[in-house]
Amino acid sequence: MFKTRILPVLLLDGENLVKGEQFKKHKYIGDPINTINIFNEKNVDELIFLDISVTKNKLPPNYKFIKEIADEAFMPFCYGGGITSVNQIEKIFKIGVEKVLINTAAYYTPNLIKDASHIAGSQSIVVSVDVKKKILGGYDVYIKNGTVKIKENLIDYLRKLQDLGAGEIVITSIDREGTGIGYDIELLQLVSDKVNIPVIALGGAKNLNDFYEAKKTTNVSGLAAGNMFVFYGKHKAVLISYPEYSELNKLLYNLK
Amino acid sequence: MIKIIDFGVGNLNSIKKILNKINLQSEICSSPEKLEDSKVIILPGVGNFENAIKKIKSSGFYEILNHLVIKEKKTILGICLGMQLFFEESEESTKPGFSWINGSVKKFEFENISNKINFKTPHMGWNTAKVLKKDFLFKNLDEKPRFYFAHSYHVVCKDKKHIVANTQYGYDFCSIVNKENIWGVQFHPEKSHKFGINFFKNFFSNIKNV
Repeated sequence: MFKTRILPVLLLDGENLVKGEQFKKHKYIGDPINTINIFNEKNVDELIFLDISVTKNKLPPNYKFIKEIADEAFMPFCYGGGITSVNQIEKIFKIGVEKVLINTAAYYTPNLIKDASHIAGSQSIVVSVDVKKKILGGYDVYIKNGTVKIKENLIDYLRKLQDLGAGEIVITSIDREGTGIGYDIELLQLVSDKVNIPVIALGGAKNLNDFYEAKKTTNVSGLAAGNMFVFYGKHKAVLISYPEYSELNKLLYNLK
Repeated sequence: MIKIIDFGVGNLNSIKKILNKINLQSEICSSPEKLEDSKVIILPGVGNFENAIKKIKSSGFYEILNHLVIKEKKTILGICLGMQLFFEESEESTKPGFSWINGSVKKFEFENISNKINFKTPHMGWNTAKVLKKDFLFKNLDEKPRFYFAHSYHVVCKDKKHIVANTQYGYDFCSIVNKENIWGVQFHPEKSHKFGINFFKNFFSNIKNV
């Protein structure tokens, strides 16, 4: 039986793990290598690491550190941050990473998606698209860690990325990221019905009920979250966690 | 020694790493002559069929693999695209594959399925496999195994007896294949954490000459 993936998304600022809210106010939460070892023990479905410092500081990916992470990971592992060329992508795959995530560069150099998917196959090329809800309905698309609004219609943009060869889309609600107010179900329905490639939901998940809600009402292929896997309780104490598989089976598939 | 073929495509370190975890020595080989003293060969691969077969030919692996696998009957395990390359042809390629196993490689097609919106391509994520034979591959498990898949194309065996396991995604497709010394898996055991570790353990303790 095909399972909806449950994915922790971990943010890197340099070689530190951080977490914020609505793409801002990032706080240090721990050591990435330690964290990945905990996730190994918990047999997680997949991990996404995003380095939020490289785009901001116009730096290339930190290959040495990505390798340290990849060497520890026994699950599929996606890296995003600062990727602008096919050479960089090849280098990241050689290091031992399965997937790369591209956001800002997909807008400025769409051919990067085309070239990269041709060489490595679509299944390795993930595009992430960050959106904010417009006051009068609909969504605006943002790049550069949510700092720059672009003039693209969301669905047209997603279809363009799909046609270029993207194998998967991570759709992030900037408004909800780090807030724990639940996924934007309307957004997920809209997006997952309009593209033919897998869609991963990110932004707002607080607990397993949010997973259940999104699984029941949308066609997303993956449910991602940050806070939920790294914090515990209302005071946000750092605690790395991941749901038990039996619990997910029962909740999402009604399996014993 | 287990030799992992490096023809320039794919994530090879993760295979070496998981074998290391179960105390199996392996070597990543980027030149064909290094395969001579191999006991088992692993052919990984991601990406495009045509691109891969071209690279296998230009890097000199094509002839030696034909010799080792067909004449010397060395055990080979193909992973993902590596498995697909064992077949005769692919919808993704104008060039034939190794043609060791009769059949072809087709793109997922869900047009005739009622809830087709549920089936995105690539088939990406965790799925189970139903073993039809050689069930030693799945022994020593306390829960139903699941594996990580990431592919848009799947193999279609001409001869059903070569199908070891099927996986359902819209319909059943062959996810483990075997013909004599030739083995292939469509999923990525090297990325399937505890189930991948178990798969490799079972595989290597049950095939000869390791």
